[in-house]
Amino acid sequence: MNNILMTTLALTGISAIFALLLTIADRTIGDYGEVNLTINDEKEFTIEGGDSLLSSLIQEKIFIPSACGGKGTCGYCKVQVEEGGGPVLATELPFLTKEEMSNNVRLSCQCKVKEDIKIHIPEELFNVKEFDATVESITDLTSVIKLVRIKLPEGEEINFKSGQYVQLKAPLYEGNDEEVYRAYSIASAPSDKNHIDLVIGYVPEGIATTYVHHHLNVGDNVNINGPYGDFYYQDNNREMILVAVGTGVAPILSILNYMKENKIQRKATFYFGAKTPDDLFMLDYFEELEEKLYDFKFVPCLSRVTEEHNWSGFKGRVNNAIDEFLEDKGDREAYLCGNEPMINSVSKSLINKGIPEEMIYYDKF
Amino acid sequence: MIELNPFIIFLAAIFTNNMIFANFLGMCSYIAVSNEIPTALGLGQAVTFVLAITSVINYLIYDYILVPLQLEYLRFIVFIVSIAAIVQLLEMVLERYLPNLYYALGIFLPLITVNCAILGVSLFMIIREYTFMQSIGFSIGSGIGWTLAIVALAGIRQRIKNAPIPKGLEGPGITLIITGLMALAFVGFSGIVQIQ
Repeated sequence: MNNILMTTLALTGISAIFALLLTIADRTIGDYGEVNLTINDEKEFTIEGGDSLLSSLIQEKIFIPSACGGKGTCGYCKVQVEEGGGPVLATELPFLTKEEMSNNVRLSCQCKVKEDIKIHIPEELFNVKEFDATVESITDLTSVIKLVRIKLPEGEEINFKSGQYVQLKAPLYEGNDEEVYRAYSIASAPSDKNHIDLVIGYVPEGIATTYVHHHLNVGDNVNINGPYGDFYYQDNNREMILVAVGTGVAPILSILNYMKENKIQRKATFYFGAKTPDDLFMLDYFEELEEKLYDFKFVPCLSRVTEEHNWSGFKGRVNNAIDEFLEDKGDREAYLCGNEPMINSVSKSLINKGIPEEMIYYDKF
Repeated sequence: MIELNPFIIFLAAIFTNNMIFANFLGMCSYIAVSNEIPTALGLGQAVTFVLAITSVINYLIYDYILVPLQLEYLRFIVFIVSIAAIVQLLEMVLERYLPNLYYALGIFLPLITVNCAILGVSLFMIIREYTFMQSIGFSIGSGIGWTLAIVALAGIRQRIKNAPIPKGLEGPGITLIITGLMALAFVGFSGIVQIQ
């Protein structure tokens, strides 16, 4: 009896001493006190030191795009740290180019705020807001792609340009034990500031797509923040070439909706690439746009059609369609959205047709 | 108790009774973090530091708490607790003052907690009944010996980076063979002094 008591006491005592020691260390070594955060030389915040720059900024309601949730694997959360970020860490090196390093660009999720810090971020990031929105409707576009209509809280609005994206937070659910943010382009027109439409495809084992396809119901709350992105409609009179595959249709749809609402008189051609007729969606809507828009042509391209599909449209990939149909002349601009191989091969075809590289805007995913 | 100068024990722990080459302790991080010399050196320093502190603290706990209370059998649990606490402390210090080393060590810093070389040193010094000074010599020597081993291995691995190694032996396979050869070479020191 005595022995058991002695053992317990000794063990508890020793553990308690170490716990006390660690608590003291946490309060002294781990405490960085309050530090000043200066953004773009104008906005000043006093924040608690010790956190990463990214999470400190989120606490101040400033959102830097980040897809991985601060783990240092996506490389999106770059900011320019002018003063007080400490040395560049080994975990950041794979994401930074030489030029970025000489401009003091850092990954904000890796850079710890330990002293007064001065940073520089693009002005439009101040426009980024966080919304606790609700799902208004979910429509199946194909068997693996859903159109999710999200209503922002009453009285709040989002100001975005056609082609920009928002980040959707995938919360914890059964089978997923980490919160992640994933980027989805807005498909609706910027005029409706209280709603946004997202086109979300199902990716097997994708954290956010599984959440949307299997767990999200009409009426549920969703957390989004945005808008982000430098892929958006450019206001000029050039002829437009729009190319999208799969869910890449979303930003193109937003651009077309914008053009329809504002009765913009520009010549535009939209190449929509897919594998089989089952992968195409909203065909009626795009055909209707051919009537409603000033000068709009819709070209669906299917790369894997067989006799059974009875397909009368173009057979082949989008870049083949561009090689075949597009005239060789300059002064046009192109908007591409889709996967990397598509963007690369289409860019090559467009450059061959005389479109300068800087006139090709794209959104890769 | 062996009547040996602590400095002799210190040298012996580096060369003849090297933790890696004589006892094969602490192999996990030894194999995993030996890709580059700077990181290997960093981990080696961290291990040496933790070893020196834990052995002193564990020696005091053992001699002044466990032995008087006749609770020697608790040493495994108590040693692990003190090692875990000290590694936590070290993490905070590194994060504050040496962030680059902190991130370079990454997951292996918390893993020092379960590096068997650390627990091994604490247990050896009890089993071999070292005095306080001998324990300090032994622990620092073991740390430096471990560092020497991992840095030497990292150097060799950097050299063989472009060597035509058979596919199945790449990575840990060739590393274990190299370790075996290095251990054989270290047998050459064994005539100098014996401490066990």
